[in-house]
Amino acid sequence: MSQNGTMIKVDHVTKSYRRDSIEIPVLRDISIDVPAGEFLALMGPSGSGKTTILNLIAGIDRPDAGKVIVNGTDIALLGESDLARWRARHVGFIFQFYNLLPVLTAFENVELPLLLTGLPRKEKREHVEAALNLVGLGDRIHHYPKQLSGGQEQRVAIARAIVTDPTILVADEPTGDLDKVSAGEIMDLLDRLNKEFKKTIVMVTHDPRAAEKAHKAMHLDKGELTT
Amino acid sequence: MKIPLSYTWRSLWARRLTTSLTLGGIALVVFVFAAVLMLSHGVEQTMIDTGSDDNVIVLRRSANSELVSQIDRDAANMIGTNPAIATARDGKPVMSTEVMVIINLRKKETNDMGNISVRGVSPEALALRPQVKIVEGQMFRSGSHEIILGSSLAKRFQGTGIGEQIRFGDALWTVVGHFEAAGNGFESEIWGDVEQLMPAFGRPVFSSVTLKLRNAADYEAVKKQIESDPRTQYTELKREKVYYSEQSKLMSDFIKILGLVVTIIFSVGAVIGAMITMYAAVANRTVEIGTLRALGFQRRSILGAFLVESVFLAVIGGGTGVALAALLSFVRISTVNFGTFSELAFGFTLSPSIVVSAMIFSTLMGITGGFLPAVRASRMNILTALRSA
Repeated sequence: MSQNGTMIKVDHVTKSYRRDSIEIPVLRDISIDVPAGEFLALMGPSGSGKTTILNLIAGIDRPDAGKVIVNGTDIALLGESDLARWRARHVGFIFQFYNLLPVLTAFENVELPLLLTGLPRKEKREHVEAALNLVGLGDRIHHYPKQLSGGQEQRVAIARAIVTDPTILVADEPTGDLDKVSAGEIMDLLDRLNKEFKKTIVMVTHDPRAAEKAHKAMHLDKGELTT
Repeated sequence: MKIPLSYTWRSLWARRLTTSLTLGGIALVVFVFAAVLMLSHGVEQTMIDTGSDDNVIVLRRSANSELVSQIDRDAANMIGTNPAIATARDGKPVMSTEVMVIINLRKKETNDMGNISVRGVSPEALALRPQVKIVEGQMFRSGSHEIILGSSLAKRFQGTGIGEQIRFGDALWTVVGHFEAAGNGFESEIWGDVEQLMPAFGRPVFSSVTLKLRNAADYEAVKKQIESDPRTQYTELKREKVYYSEQSKLMSDFIKILGLVVTIIFSVGAVIGAMITMYAAVANRTVEIGTLRALGFQRRSILGAFLVESVFLAVIGGGTGVALAALLSFVRISTVNFGTFSELAFGFTLSPSIVVSAMIFSTLMGITGGFLPAVRASRMNILTALRSA
C-alpha cells in the first residue's frame, strides 16, 4: 500500500486492441485511484472498457501506455513468470461463469491457488476448510461443480479467490449468471469480505443492485470515465 | 508440476470414449512391438537354450553351420583323446560325433512339406545333453534303423508316432521314442545312430563333434590345443551356446527388423491419434487453461500437465498392449530357421527388457503425440482463453 493509502493506482492508462489490422481504442488516458479497503464498482455498457481495466489491475493484461500500480508494485514492469507469481500472491479472481474445474471437487478447486504456495498439507486443508466454511459450503467440500447450484458454484469460486488471503479481489460480473436470490447472497458475501476482512474489491457489473453494495461506482463509456 | 495429477487423471476419465479409443490405438501398436520382440527373443532363447555352458562344438574352420561342416574320423578320434574332455562311468569321453542332414516330411495340418533336421548321434549324446529326456518309448538301439524324435516334431508332422516308419536315405526308419528338451531346438530334430545314418546318406565324414568339458573354464586352453594341432588344425571350436545363438541370429534379426519397421509405421498412426486427442483436450479445456494461468500457474506447469496427460494415456495403452502380448506366451509356432534351413518350433518369450522397451516406446509415443498440443496449451493467451467461455 502506498503512503497515502492508495491500494490501486491506474495512472494515465491507454489500451487498444488490434482486430484484422484495425486498431480499436479501448481505454483512453484513464486514471483511477482505489484506496485500501475500497469496494469499487465499474459500470458501463458493453465495450466501454470496464473489463479491460479489471484485467489490467489483475495483471492478466498490460497497458499500451501509463502505469498500473497495485500495493506499490508497477505490475506492467513485471516479466511473464514474475507476473504469474504476483497474481498468485496478490489477486483473488471471481469470474462471471465461476470458472471452476469440473473434474475437481469444491475442496480441490479451492485448494488450487494454495498449490502455488509452500504451505504444508495440513495447513492447506485448514485454509481450504476455513474458506469454504466462510462462504457457507463447509458441508459441500466433496461435491463436484455439477452437483452444485449456480450460487453455490460462485461461492466456491469466492472461497478459491480468498483462500490465499490475497491483497485485492477482482470480480467480473459475479452475479451475471445468477438468479436474483443467489445474486443477493453473493453480493452480501462480497460486502462481508470487504467490511469484516477489509478486502479491497474491484467489481465489474451491469447490475445496479449489485453496484449498490459497493462504496463507489465509476461509469465508463467508450473508454473514458464519465463519473 | 504444480497442477495435481488428479486433474490429469480425471480429465482423461471425463472423456472416456476418446481416451479409450486412443488408448486402444496405442495398445495395438505396443502389442505388435512387444510381440515382435517376443518372437525374436523366442527364437534366440530356443536356440541359445539348445546349447550347454560346458559343451563345445567342433566344426570345420569357417563353416558357419553343421550342414556345411566336415570332420573326418581321424580328426574326431584325435579330438576324443584330449584329457580335458569329461569321461563317463565307463571311462569313455562324453563326446558325440554327429552328422546332420535335412529331409522332408509332410505337415499334419496342411499336408505341405517341411524341412526336418536329422542328427546322427553317438550313444553318449544323452549324457552330453541331459536336458534331452525320453518322454515316450525308448532310446534307439545302436546299430539299428531306429530313430527318436522331438515332441514338437511329433505334434506337427505325419508318420512320427511311435512304431511308425519314415523313409529317408533309401531306408525305412522306425520311430521308437519321443523326447523333450525343455523347448529348445533339439525338440524339432530326428535323432538316430550316426554310424547308420552316415552310410544311408553316403556321408564318409562327420558334420561335427560335440564334447563336454570337465571344467567349462578349460575352453580356451582346449580350443588352442586342438586348433593348433597339425592333425586337427582345420577345425574350429565354439562354445555350444555361442554356436546356437549364431544359428538364430539371422532369423531373429530378420524378425526384429521387419517387425520394428512395421511397428514404426503403425506408431506414426498412433502418435497422430494421440496428438488429435490431445489437441481436442486442449480445445475443450481452453477456459480451464485460462483460469489456471490467471490463478498464477506458470506456462511450464500447463505444458507439464498436458504432457503428463498424454504420457499417462500412452503408458496405460502401453501396459494394455504388453498385457495382451503376454498372452502370446502360450502360443508356439513353427517355421523354417534361416540359419539351419530346417523347421524350428519356438514360442513368444517375454522378458523384463521387452517390457521395459515397450513401456519406453509407449512413453515416447505419448511425449511425441502430446508435445505440440501441450505447447499450444502453454502458449495460450490468458484473455483469449478466458473469453472462450
